[in-house]
Amino acid sequence: MSALDPLHRTKAEEPPRAPSAWARFFDSDIWYSFTRSPVTVVSALIVLIFVVGALFAPWIAPHNPFNPAELNLMDGFTPPMGEAFSGNLYLLGTDDQGRDVFSTILYGARISLFVGFCAVLFAMVLGISLGLLAGYRGGWVDSLIMRIADVQLSFPAILVALLIFGVARAMLPRSMQGEMVIWVLIIAIGLSDWVQYARTVRGTAMVEKNKEYVQAARVIGIHPLLIMLRHVLPNVLGPVLVIATIGLALAIIAEATLSFLGVGVPPTTPSLGTLIRIGNDFLFSGEWWITLFPGLALILLALSVNLLGDWLRDALNPKLR
Amino acid sequence: MLAFIVRRVLQSIIVMLVVALVSFSLFNFVGDPINNMVGQETTQQQREQLREELGLNDPFAVQFARFVGNAVQGNFGISYRLARPVDVVIAERLPATLELAFVSALFALVVGVATGVYTALNRSGIISRVIMTISLIGVSLPTFLIGILLIWVFAVQLQWLPSFGRGDVVDLGGWRTGFLTSSGLKALILPAITLGLFQLTLIMRLVRAEMLEVLRTDYIKFARARGLPDRAINFGHALKNTLVPVITITGLQLGSIIAFSIITETVFQWPGVGLLFINAIQFVDIPLMAAYLVLIALFFVVINLLVDLLYYAVDPRLRFDASTARGH
Repeated sequence: MSALDPLHRTKAEEPPRAPSAWARFFDSDIWYSFTRSPVTVVSALIVLIFVVGALFAPWIAPHNPFNPAELNLMDGFTPPMGEAFSGNLYLLGTDDQGRDVFSTILYGARISLFVGFCAVLFAMVLGISLGLLAGYRGGWVDSLIMRIADVQLSFPAILVALLIFGVARAMLPRSMQGEMVIWVLIIAIGLSDWVQYARTVRGTAMVEKNKEYVQAARVIGIHPLLIMLRHVLPNVLGPVLVIATIGLALAIIAEATLSFLGVGVPPTTPSLGTLIRIGNDFLFSGEWWITLFPGLALILLALSVNLLGDWLRDALNPKLR
Repeated sequence: MLAFIVRRVLQSIIVMLVVALVSFSLFNFVGDPINNMVGQETTQQQREQLREELGLNDPFAVQFARFVGNAVQGNFGISYRLARPVDVVIAERLPATLELAFVSALFALVVGVATGVYTALNRSGIISRVIMTISLIGVSLPTFLIGILLIWVFAVQLQWLPSFGRGDVVDLGGWRTGFLTSSGLKALILPAITLGLFQLTLIMRLVRAEMLEVLRTDYIKFARARGLPDRAINFGHALKNTLVPVITITGLQLGSIIAFSIITETVFQWPGVGLLFINAIQFVDIPLMAAYLVLIALFFVVINLLVDLLYYAVDPRLRFDASTARGH
């Protein structure tokens, strides 16, 4: 790894005493630019709150909205901070079945983040593998992969995801749809979003494969797979991280959109999008909180992740330093 | 030039064939088409006979050729759910979607260019900063949430505008238009804004970036040195040169607008092809799904092709690049 490579400056400039990874992290340019941007710090905090809230939803949520024994139908349609029939206090009100909106948002964020993370991970692995293969191998493999990417890129991702989801659902037997639907959703969103990773990785791989250190590795007989993973891949991790962060926001929005359209997560384990869809039916009768609070949560989450991605892109861009 | 056109047309045809193959595979591999057509009391023999009559025992290539032949004539079979020919159903719904797409594209283009020019000329003004911040939020907002928020404010709280449907329509020889009635025009406002907002922010940011770039160039400085009025410089010299990429992006976005109308149409229960497609997915209505897929692909391919050719014709620099870069 060359010391001039900007993405690895923090690693390359190790002082002789080799301080711990944490010390190096807090001493790095990235951390400095992070603390210098209040917007980024706030968005990071919001994302952190969402992740913690989602992970520990069963312990944090004041009510368990999916336990029928705890539900009181008479509490239905309680406005935010209003007096419920049962005397319980509901911070953000309740929906038609008396489920606490705040708790359903926590559980919904859990599903949304889970689908988002898994879809990004899937897209990333697929995109990086195909990109490395195309860039390193070249020839007809490269042409084939990149033509597929071109064709897919000329259609909006949400349309591709919708279509994959529709086909997969049609092929699965009806009995399996309940539990499989989340995984189908993850694969559909992931498949609709791999192109960007592949293009970035392919570009770098094509440049790197002709450099001397890769040729040297090839000469001493290292397996091509190992060369790709150990020598070429580290060069693209920075841009890939940026794409993945912005991709997370896109995946969360894509999941919410599909669920809102009624072809995503089923209402039994609602995500934020499903909650908005359910609440949308009550918008006209004046129960605005059932749909607006999950909506605001979704906006806040997507916006924060987007801002983090924007900051990361600038922070990792050597031209802007 | 001719070689370029021929190559692009060939590429488009290949893309269309691939899409046709995908949508043909939908018919063949997703469920049994015979099962979807007949009732439970049909005997095995009748099924076999039907299979033979429909040509489902023919080789794959023959069936695919037949599918493409039918598709070219607009024949996609009968919708499972509606029990009517797919092409008729789509033709009925298409005007609604096209009118919506046209109005939102127009809205995005006009407002986008205007705000883009304004924010580029008054970079540090307070209004410009407000517009830029709003546009950043606008990019992160999912389309359906914008629609819900607009419905809540303008239809539920203020009760100014209708929240669903097309209002009254006038039939002009098979093309049902909402442009000619006041309720039709009112019903268009909210969906058009919802659908166009994302494109608007995109165009605005593009125009702003291009304008800032152009305003820095020498010929603008020279125009100022000649003492031309600001209006002539900004609009006659600068804006004109930013419009080529704007035309391209707007053209390409027209395809996305038609695809994204799926979401807007669902929020506003707009009776267009997008809503039809969502219902088709929910009810696994394969012929409709396949036809919509081919239709949308056709839109995209034709728009991409037109934009490429237009760009090629408008910008002489590209012609030079293409001739030198042929080695790739």
